[in-house]
Amino acid sequence: MSVLFYIFSAVMLGFGVMVVLNRNPVSSALSLVGSFLGLAALFITLNAYFIGVIQVLVYTGAVMVLFIFIIMLLDVKTEQRRNLNYVAMGGGLLVVLALISQLAILLGHFAHGKQQLAVLPEDAAVHQDVKRVGEAVFSDFNFHLQLLGILLLVATIGVVVLSRRQGRADRS
Amino acid sequence: MPTLNEYLMVSGLLFAIGFAGVMMRRNIIIIFMCLEMMLSAANLTLVAFWRFGNGNGMPADGYEAQVLVFFVIAVAAAEVAVGLAIIVALFRARCTVHVEDLNSMKG
Repeated sequence: MSVLFYIFSAVMLGFGVMVVLNRNPVSSALSLVGSFLGLAALFITLNAYFIGVIQVLVYTGAVMVLFIFIIMLLDVKTEQRRNLNYVAMGGGLLVVLALISQLAILLGHFAHGKQQLAVLPEDAAVHQDVKRVGEAVFSDFNFHLQLLGILLLVATIGVVVLSRRQGRADRS
Repeated sequence: MPTLNEYLMVSGLLFAIGFAGVMMRRNIIIIFMCLEMMLSAANLTLVAFWRFGNGNGMPADGYEAQVLVFFVIAVAAAEVAVGLAIIVALFRARCTVHVEDLNSMKG
């Protein structure tokens, strides 16, 4: 269990670094797929099976296909040969190191975080989490689910309006 | 067994990698991918706090955290669709995805 946690964390963080370091956008997108697969495995080690499956289906299945489709559509190969902006790289690394060190100091004082992951019994309610999440979504959070449907409808209409090719006449 | 601190640290590292990507890369599509990574790191934090919510390594009683993560993933999917449509419209107008070429609002 502990070994699996370290393996999947290393997969997730390693592919995450590859996303930032790859010069080719297609390689970055495929590395992001690997990073999200590691993240889904981490969700499953946390007994959140439904979220893990949703992560694979929605992110690596739908969103990343959309990303790769857009990269291929725009054909951005000419963007590879650019000299690096050293000021932005230095500033980014500085802010990131400050963030990580602050987080490490904070977690060192976090007593609640020292508890270890307990193995759940075979008949624990968590193993039926799709049923439980479904009950919560369709009873307590029913209104929010309908709002989410409206949001997706508005986003779909917005995408159609944004990607409609305008005629030459009305582009003044 | 892994502790809550280890999960939080891994999640913070993923967030930091995404943040470094947003700061360092100049391709707007890769910046957008790094934003998705930061959003997923926040999801991992939420699920980790749910799983350790009862105090002795056992999960919390309610399922509100997983419902929240479900809603965050759905909103992120809608956001990706709108954001990529904006990038396509931008590419049609300016023929670039390089953020340093998009400085027409610079004073």
